[in-house]
Amino acid sequence: MRHEILAGAPATPTDVSLAGAGAAMPSYLEIEALWKVFGKFAALKGVSLTVKEGEFVCFLGPSGCGKTTLLRAIAGLDLQTQGTIRQGGRDISTLPPSKRDYGIVFQSYALFPNLTIERNIAFGLENAKRPKAEIQARVAELLDLVGLSAQAKKYPAQLSGGQQQRIALARAMAIAPGLLLLDEPLSALDAKVRVHLRHEIKELQRKLGVTTVMVTHDQEEALAMADRIVVMNHGVIEQVGTPTEVYRHPTTLFVADFIGETNKIPARVLANGRLASAGTELACAPHDIPVGSAVTAVIRPVDIIPHGTGARSPGAPDTVGTLENLVETAVVKMEFLGSFWRCRLTSPRFGDHVLVADLSINAVRRLRVAEGADMLIELPRDRVLVFAKEG
Amino acid sequence: MSAAPLALPTGPALRPQVAGDDIVKRGLMIVIMLYLLVTLAAPLYVLLSKSVSVYRFDLATFEIQRSDATGQNFSAPKTVAQLNAETGAIAPDQLEAGSDGRLSLTSLFKDFNFRSPVKYRLRGMDASASFLIGSELHRGPDWVELDSNMFRRVALRPATTTGLDNFITYFSTPSLTRAIWNSAIIGIITTGLVIVIAFGLAYAFNRSRMRGKGFFRLVTAIPILVPSLLPGIALVYLFGNQGLLKDVLMGHSIYGPIGIVIGSVFFTLPHALMIISTALATADARHYEAATSLGATKWRTFWTVTVPGARYGIISAAFVVFTLVVTDFGLPKVIGGQYNMLAVDIYKQVIGQQNFEMGAVVSVLLLVPAVAAFLVDRAVQSRQVSLLSARSVPYAPKPKTAFDWACFAYCTLVAIFILAMIGVCQLAASVKFWPYDLTPTLRNFRFDLMDGGGWAAYYNSITMALLTAIFGTGIVFVGAYMVEKSDGFHIGRALFHFLAMLPMAVPGMVLGLGYIFFFNNPANPLHAIYGTMAILVVCTISHFYTVSHLTALTALKQMDREFEAVAASLKQPFHRLFFRVTIPVCLPAVLDIAIYMFVNAMTTVSALVFLYSTQTQLASVAVLNMDDAGDIAPAAAMGMMIFYTNVAARLVHMVIARRLLARTQAWRYA
Amino acid sequence: MKSRLATIAAAAVATALAAATAYAETQLTVYTAVEAVDLDRYKATFEKANPDIKINWVRDSTGVMTAKLLAEKDNPQADVVWGIAATSLLLLKGEAMLEPYAPAGVEKLDKRFVDTSTPPSWTGMDAYVAAICFNTVEAQKLGIPAPKSWKDLTKPEYKGHVVMPNPNSSGTGFLDVSAWLQMFGEKDAWAFMDGLHQNIAAYTHSGSKPCKMAAAGETVIGVSFEFPGAKAKTAGAPIEIIFPSEGSGWEAEATAIIAGTANLDAAKKLVDFSVSKEANEMYNVGYAVIAYPGIAKPVENLPANVADHMIKNDFEWAATNRKAILTEWAKRYDAKSEPKT
Repeated sequence: MRHEILAGAPATPTDVSLAGAGAAMPSYLEIEALWKVFGKFAALKGVSLTVKEGEFVCFLGPSGCGKTTLLRAIAGLDLQTQGTIRQGGRDISTLPPSKRDYGIVFQSYALFPNLTIERNIAFGLENAKRPKAEIQARVAELLDLVGLSAQAKKYPAQLSGGQQQRIALARAMAIAPGLLLLDEPLSALDAKVRVHLRHEIKELQRKLGVTTVMVTHDQEEALAMADRIVVMNHGVIEQVGTPTEVYRHPTTLFVADFIGETNKIPARVLANGRLASAGTELACAPHDIPVGSAVTAVIRPVDIIPHGTGARSPGAPDTVGTLENLVETAVVKMEFLGSFWRCRLTSPRFGDHVLVADLSINAVRRLRVAEGADMLIELPRDRVLVFAKEG
Repeated sequence: MSAAPLALPTGPALRPQVAGDDIVKRGLMIVIMLYLLVTLAAPLYVLLSKSVSVYRFDLATFEIQRSDATGQNFSAPKTVAQLNAETGAIAPDQLEAGSDGRLSLTSLFKDFNFRSPVKYRLRGMDASASFLIGSELHRGPDWVELDSNMFRRVALRPATTTGLDNFITYFSTPSLTRAIWNSAIIGIITTGLVIVIAFGLAYAFNRSRMRGKGFFRLVTAIPILVPSLLPGIALVYLFGNQGLLKDVLMGHSIYGPIGIVIGSVFFTLPHALMIISTALATADARHYEAATSLGATKWRTFWTVTVPGARYGIISAAFVVFTLVVTDFGLPKVIGGQYNMLAVDIYKQVIGQQNFEMGAVVSVLLLVPAVAAFLVDRAVQSRQVSLLSARSVPYAPKPKTAFDWACFAYCTLVAIFILAMIGVCQLAASVKFWPYDLTPTLRNFRFDLMDGGGWAAYYNSITMALLTAIFGTGIVFVGAYMVEKSDGFHIGRALFHFLAMLPMAVPGMVLGLGYIFFFNNPANPLHAIYGTMAILVVCTISHFYTVSHLTALTALKQMDREFEAVAASLKQPFHRLFFRVTIPVCLPAVLDIAIYMFVNAMTTVSALVFLYSTQTQLASVAVLNMDDAGDIAPAAAMGMMIFYTNVAARLVHMVIARRLLARTQAWRYA
Repeated sequence: MKSRLATIAAAAVATALAAATAYAETQLTVYTAVEAVDLDRYKATFEKANPDIKINWVRDSTGVMTAKLLAEKDNPQADVVWGIAATSLLLLKGEAMLEPYAPAGVEKLDKRFVDTSTPPSWTGMDAYVAAICFNTVEAQKLGIPAPKSWKDLTKPEYKGHVVMPNPNSSGTGFLDVSAWLQMFGEKDAWAFMDGLHQNIAAYTHSGSKPCKMAAAGETVIGVSFEFPGAKAKTAGAPIEIIFPSEGSGWEAEATAIIAGTANLDAAKKLVDFSVSKEANEMYNVGYAVIAYPGIAKPVENLPANVADHMIKNDFEWAATNRKAILTEWAKRYDAKSEPKT
C-alpha cells in the first residue's frame, strides 16, 4: 500500500474522526497476543490489537505502561518475546526493521546534523537508483507539504524544534511508507508549538491517509489527534475506543481516572442496582456488579450540574438534569482556571469526601456561587459510572 | 476489557530474522573481537603460563653405570636420583634451574678423580632427558661411555614442569625484590610532585586571567611528543658529571632515583595536567557564589570548594601518573644507574640474561599495580559523571593583577623546565664532542654510522606510526561503533568492552613479552608476522587501544540513539549511515584518535623493544640502543627527530582538521 | 588506456623474470652483532668473492641476538651467525643449534679461536680485549693518577670514578668478571670485586658505554674494551686506553652454521670465507687482534701488542659456570642501590 501525495487527497471518508476512521476500512495492522519479557518483568502481557487502514491510533498511558515497547515491537526495533504482528496481511513478527514498511519520527527528531534539510529528506530516496531530478522533485514536494520550502539549504540546528520535527515527519514520509510511527513526537516542544503541530500532523495524516500509530503520555494530545485511543497500563490494554468513548464511557476505573479529572466516591451496590455511599443513596448508570459489592462511583467534575443555592436553578432548561441524585453541598474553595471555576464541595452526606466540580464562568455568575455558600448539585445518573473496587 | 492471558504462553522466545546488515555488523564485531583476543588476551595468557613454567633437574630420568678400577665390569645401572638418595650430594635447592641450568655429576661419587681409570656410562631414560658433555648436547636412551676426565665435563640439563618456583626464587632474591620497593617509592614521590605541579598549572589555566595561556598550554603538552628516554638524556646533559647545572645537585648523582623522579615528572606532567584541568574547568560557578555570599575567605573557599570539586580528577590523575611511572622502561634505563625498577628488570632478565621465565614473573608483578590502578580509576571515573549537572554555570575568573602575575611566573618556571630539557638535547645533538669540542656539526645526525638502525629506523618509525594511525583508527572506530550502535548480542558486547578496556591495565613491557611468547612460537599460525612491521603495528594498536576506544565511544554516545532506527526504517544499509553521517559527525574524534596513535607509535619503546627486528628497527628504540651503546649525542639527535616529526604531525593534523572540519562540520558553526 | 595496461603487464612480466633470475642466487640469512659501520664492507667483500650468494644481515647487540637465537631454538630463522660472541655460540652449541663444520683453512687459525670439538662448531674471527678507558682531562682536574693494573682500581682515590658494565646484561661485563675469576682464582677475584664495587659509580647495561662515558667526561675510568676507546680517541676524546698489567679478559667474535639450514653449501662457503686470510685482513680494519696469526697490522690509537695482554680464556668453563657466576655477582652487588659518591 502506497499513498500517492501527488494525487491530492485520496479517497478518504470526509468524516473519519467520529465513528472511528473508516469503520468500513479493512484492518491494516494486526497484533496478536504480544508478550515482551525482560528477565522477570513483563512489559507487555499478551497484547492484541487491530488498527484499520488509514486510522490514526494513539497509545496512551503512564510511563512504563508498555506503549513504547509496543511501538518498538511494531517497528522491529525491540523484538517481542512472543506474539504475532501482521501489517497489510504480511506477517512481520520477526522481520528486521529494514524489511518492514514504516516511517518513524522520534521525540528527539533524530535529524542528521551534518546534512542539510533537503539532504535529510532525501536520505531515504537516494539509494533506489532514482533519477536525481525525481528525488529533487519529491523533496520539494515534501518540503512544501510541511511548509518549510524556504529552509531547504539550512542545517537542522538552524531550525526551531517544531520545524525540525516537521522535517523529521517529511523524511519519514519520503519513502511513502504504509505505516507511520510517531514516538512522543511533540514531547520535546513547548506548549504552544505543541498544540499547533498537533493539528498540523493530524491534517497531514488525514490528507495522506497513512495508517498512523502514535505513542504519547499526554491525554489531551491523544484526545485531540486520535481516531482511536489505546489506553494501556502495566503491559495490558485497558480500553480501545474513540476519544469520546474513552472519555465518556471508560470501561475501567484506570481509564476513567487516567483520562480527565474524576471524583471517586466509595460506595456499595444496593439490591435495586443503586448505590449506597456514606449517608446517601445514588442512582447510577447501568452496570452488572453483584449486589453488596464494594465499588467506586466515578463522576467527572464537568458532569456535575449546579442548581444554585439550596434550590434548583430557576432559569435552567428542563433538559438539564433529571432532579435525581441531588446533593446539598457547601463550597469550600474556588479556584479560577481561566475558562472555568474549579470548586471544592463538601457534604455531610458524603462524609468528609471532597467533591470537585468544574463550573462554567457563566454558571458561577448566574448562580452566585461563592466560597462559603451552600449549593445544591445534581449528579446525573448516566454520568455516575460504577467500577468494581480494585483488589 | 482486556482478556489478556495472565501468564506468558510456554514456547520458545521469538528469534529475529537477521537482516544482511546485522550479519555484517555482527561479523565485523566478531572479527575485531577476535583481533583483540589474539593480539591481547592470548599473549597475556601465554605470558602468565610462562611465569609458572619451571626448569628443574629431574634426576630420576638419568641412569649411570660405573666401572671398576680396570675400566671394565660396569655396575648395575642406577638412576641419578637413587645415587643422590645414597649420597645426598645434590641439595634439593640445586635442582631448581633456569632455562640454561647445568648440573655436574662428579659430586655423586666421593672418590671421584679425573685421572682415575674408572669409566662411566650415562643415559637419559626418555627422549627428552638431555645432558651436555663439554658443550655437546646428548639426548635419549642410548648409553654414552665416558672416561673419568670426560665425565668431569658432563652436565645435566633441566626439564620443564609447572610450578610457582619462579615466584619463590624471585621473592627469595633480594636484588630482585628490591625493585618492587624502588618502583613503589619512585611512583609515590613522582605522583605527589606531579599532582602538585599539575594542579598549580591547571589552577592558573582555569582560575586566572594571566597572559600567554595558549603558549603555556602548548609548551606543557610538549613532553607527550617525545619518548620518555629523552628527558633522561636531557638530565645527563643538565646534571651529569659534565652537566651544565651539575652543582645544583650538591654532589648527588643524577644517575638514580633523583634522575628518575625528575624525568618522570617531565613526561607524566601533561597527562596529569589534562585530567586535573578538565576537572577544574567543569567547576560550577554557583558554588563559588555561594561561598562568597557566605563570607568564606579565599583560602577557605579553595579548600572547601576548589579542591573537593576537583578531587576525582586528582585521584584519577594520581593513578594514571603512578601507573605511567611504575611501568615506564625507557627513562630508568637511561638515567636509573643501579637503581633497579621493575620495568627495567624485565628487560634485564629477557635481553641481558635470556631468562624469559623470570621476565614473565616480573611482568606478572608489574601487572598487579597497573591493574589495581586501573580498577580504582574506573571506579572514580564512574562516580565523577554524577558530579556534572546540566544546570552548572561555568566559572569565569575575574582579573586579579597580583594573582595573575603569580600564576604567570609559576607557569613560566614550568615552561622553562620543559623547554630547557628539550633545548639541551637539541644543543648536545648539534655539537661535535660534548663537552670538549663544541663546534657545531650535523655529525650526530649521521645515524647510519651508529648502532640502532640508522636513518632506516627513523623511516620505519614513520611508516609504522602511519600504519598504526590508519589501521588503528579504523579498527578502533568500527569496533566502538559496533559496540555502541548494534542491538542484541549482549554477552559479545560486554566481552568486547572488557577486551577494549584491558590494554589500559597492561604495561607495554608485559604486552611485548607476551607477544614474544605467543607469536614467536612456530606452532602458531600467526608466527609469520613475527619480526615484521605487522607485529609492531598490531602491538602498538593494542597497546593504545583503550584511550582511543573511549574517545570513539564518547563521540558516538553523543550521536542520537535513533539514527540507526531511522536509517533502517528508510531502508538504508548501515554503512550508508556510517559513511554519510556517523563518520562526518565524529570526524573530530576520528582525527584525534589518529594523531594520538601516530604520536604514541613514534615515541613508544616499552612493548616494541622486544619485537623489532633488524629490518624493522625503530627510531624510539634506536634512541635507547644508541644511548645504551654510549652514543648519547646521536641518541639525543634521534630523540629530537622524533620530536620534530611529532610536531609536524600535529601541524598536519591541525591543517587537515581545519579543512575537513570546514567541509564536514559546517553545521556546527551554522 | 589499453597501451598503458600493456605497459604495466610488460613491467610485471619483467619483474617476475628478474625475480626468477635473482632466485638463482642463494640468499643467506646471517645473524650478526658486528658494528653497524662494518656490515656493508663485510658484505661487499664476501659477495665479491662469492657472486652467487647474497647476505641478508640481521643485526643487533650481542645480548639481543643471543636472546633471539635462543628464542628461535625450535624454528631457527638464521642460516649462519657471523660475528657473535663465542660464549654466546657455546650456549647455542649446548642447545645443539650449531652444525659442526671444519672450514677449509681452519688449521691456520690461532687455536684459541677455534672450538675444541672436532669438527669445530664455531670458528673465531677476531677478539675484543678488556681495557680501561681513562679520561686524562677529568683526571687532571681531580688529580687522579692513571691506573696501571686491575687491582689499582680498588684504590680509594678512584672512589666514584669507575664505571663498568653489568655482567648480567653485558657480555663485556661478563668477560671481565670471568677473566678476573680465571686470573685471580675465585676467592681473590671476589675480594677484588668487593673492593672495586666500593669505587664503582655506575654499572652500565652496555659494554662499550663505560668507555664512551669516559670519553665524554661523564666518568674518569670506564672498564670496557679497546675498540670503542680507539674510536673515541680518533673522534677527539681526551682518553688513554690502558691494558692492565695482570692481563685482560677477551672474547672472540665467531662464525657458525645454524643446524638445519636449508642452504648448507652456501653457509659452508661463508664460513670458509670467514676464516680466510682476506677476511681476517678485513677484520683487522677495526680489530687489533684477529684469528689469523701473523698478518695483523696495528690499529690507530691502539698498541701493536694488544694480543699479548690476552689471558688464556676457557670459554667452556665460562659457559658452564655462567649461571652461577652471574647469580653470585647479582647477590653481592645488585642488591645494593647505587653506591654513594
